[in-house]
Amino acid sequence: MSHADDHQGTRRDFLYYATAGAGVVATGAAVWPLVNQMNPSADVRALASIRVDISGVAEGSQLTVQWLGKPVFIRHRTQEEIDSANATDVSELPDQNARNANIAADADASDANRTLDEDEKWLVMMGVCTHLGCVPIGNQSGDYDGWYCPCHGSHYDAAGRIRRGPAPENLPVPVAQFLDESTIQLG
Amino acid sequence: MAGIPHDHYEPKSGFEKWLHSRLPIVSLAYDTLMIPTPKNLNWWWIWGIVLAFCLVLQIVTGVILVMHYTPHVDMAFASVEHIMRDVNGGFFIRYLHSNGASLFFVAVYIHMFRGLFYGSYKAPREVTWIIGMLIYLAMMATGFLGYVLPWGQMSFWGATVITGLFGAIPFIGPDIQTWLLGGPAVDNATLNRFFSLHYLLPFVIAALVAVHIWAFHTTGNNNPTGVEVRRGSKEEAKKDTLPFWPYFVIKDLFALAIVLIIFWAVVGFMPNYLGHPDNYIEANPLATPAHIVPEWYFLPFYAILRAFTADVWVVAAVSWITGGIIDAKFFGVLAMFGAIAVMALTPWLDTSSVRSGKYRPAFKWWFRLLVIDFVVLMWVGAQSTDEPYATISLIAATYWFAYFLVILPLLGVFEKPLTPPATIEEDFKHHYPDAPTAAE
Repeated sequence: MSHADDHQGTRRDFLYYATAGAGVVATGAAVWPLVNQMNPSADVRALASIRVDISGVAEGSQLTVQWLGKPVFIRHRTQEEIDSANATDVSELPDQNARNANIAADADASDANRTLDEDEKWLVMMGVCTHLGCVPIGNQSGDYDGWYCPCHGSHYDAAGRIRRGPAPENLPVPVAQFLDESTIQLG
Repeated sequence: MAGIPHDHYEPKSGFEKWLHSRLPIVSLAYDTLMIPTPKNLNWWWIWGIVLAFCLVLQIVTGVILVMHYTPHVDMAFASVEHIMRDVNGGFFIRYLHSNGASLFFVAVYIHMFRGLFYGSYKAPREVTWIIGMLIYLAMMATGFLGYVLPWGQMSFWGATVITGLFGAIPFIGPDIQTWLLGGPAVDNATLNRFFSLHYLLPFVIAALVAVHIWAFHTTGNNNPTGVEVRRGSKEEAKKDTLPFWPYFVIKDLFALAIVLIIFWAVVGFMPNYLGHPDNYIEANPLATPAHIVPEWYFLPFYAILRAFTADVWVVAAVSWITGGIIDAKFFGVLAMFGAIAVMALTPWLDTSSVRSGKYRPAFKWWFRLLVIDFVVLMWVGAQSTDEPYATISLIAATYWFAYFLVILPLLGVFEKPLTPPATIEEDFKHHYPDAPTAAE
């Protein structure tokens, strides 16, 4: 006898579906901890906020610090670099978003929106290529006076904006602020 | 088991009968070993044994290495140096293991191209082919995970780049990447889980290999003519086949001995030839090596990953149609996995009625071009991303997809194949007119 003809079986059918449903939920509940254990553990999650002394960073040089397991570039730019970055019109950029965690999410990628201070001297950004996560080489490398990622050939300009290569986005500016003239807090 | 008719195991002594009625394990081993095998198999069919040897070699040497290795970011690199310098014969075991991975991939690539030429993927062997592709994927995962364990510069940055591939998935990518890494970047949590999975996967491969063998023992081996063994009766089948033991076991072991002579020479005299010097520098999260190059066996697919940059028109078109959801980065990842997926789909992409490439005059040339294409991709994958390499890799990547998605389906329609021999026996007699006929 098929299930469709078995009118007496509705009660049994109900029990069957209820059991199967409970089984699925129980299996899901049992599997979740096995999946979730791979997410970052509490000590990793504990958001580290670090303070960086930048008094020793001379104009035209760069400090690389490690924060959340990743390098952060803190660059004290020369006037030449600032001019080079400002000479580029935002409409020419592959990624026209500022990618700056400290300002509005839809701000455009002008040099002023990328830098941390009024004078546009300090550029603070994650040193992680937005293509596949390598550390770009600094000190005005690449074809645009900025950074060059050796892995797959992405060129970033003097404001850390992607100009050519496979990387889709500008190097992101993390949450950062000046505590005083010579200290930057990350996070 | 369905398959080619042959003599099955008959328990004779009292103990054999006692065991057989409780656990027919001797029967299973006997039927597996005595499987009727097409007697015209050529030397391209020896790589299965080499692969089986590699799996055993890797598991044995791997279990030994684990006895001396420490999966911790502060100690992993030093513990590998400990293996190289202090452990008795440790350097040799480790060189066997690292070069064993290379031999494994040499063998699997030849084995795969053998299948692609002789149409081993075609009905009724699609399941064998698909299981084989799963084994290949598991091998690549194992190889990648294992390369991270020594915690050198290439280990670290290779892990960063490859897990970055998952980060390219739209919307959920970054969460998946964090989940895989166990943190915002490759770190101790990553090393620990990679170690765990590197130990697990070879046993998954071993299980898949058992299913692979089960599948082709059900359909019977393919052979150079692509003509099926006659199955009308045991006598008929015997004219086309010989038992695997002793005929093919001895042949395969002879071939294995020759392969191992070369392998041992590499392990003994040039053990670091296929490695990268950068991996003898301890991992440093703040400095990327000038050239991140994956192990040679990943290069063809790495080249395809890099080939599709934003200025390629296909990429630009796809990005525009999907409203930027599929950007150049994700496109490259899709292309890389797609390059493997199209291989898995060959049973349904090849429309020809003739199985073996031997009897397909046009196919032969396109296939040879595919082999050359594979080598070109491997070479260009190790070069920088400047011109002319960018263009070369784009052309080579395009041919890879064209072969599977355009040429194979069309060839079946337009090509006029030759007539294969009617039976394997006929082909065999043509090559060996003086050989004795099947022993009766």
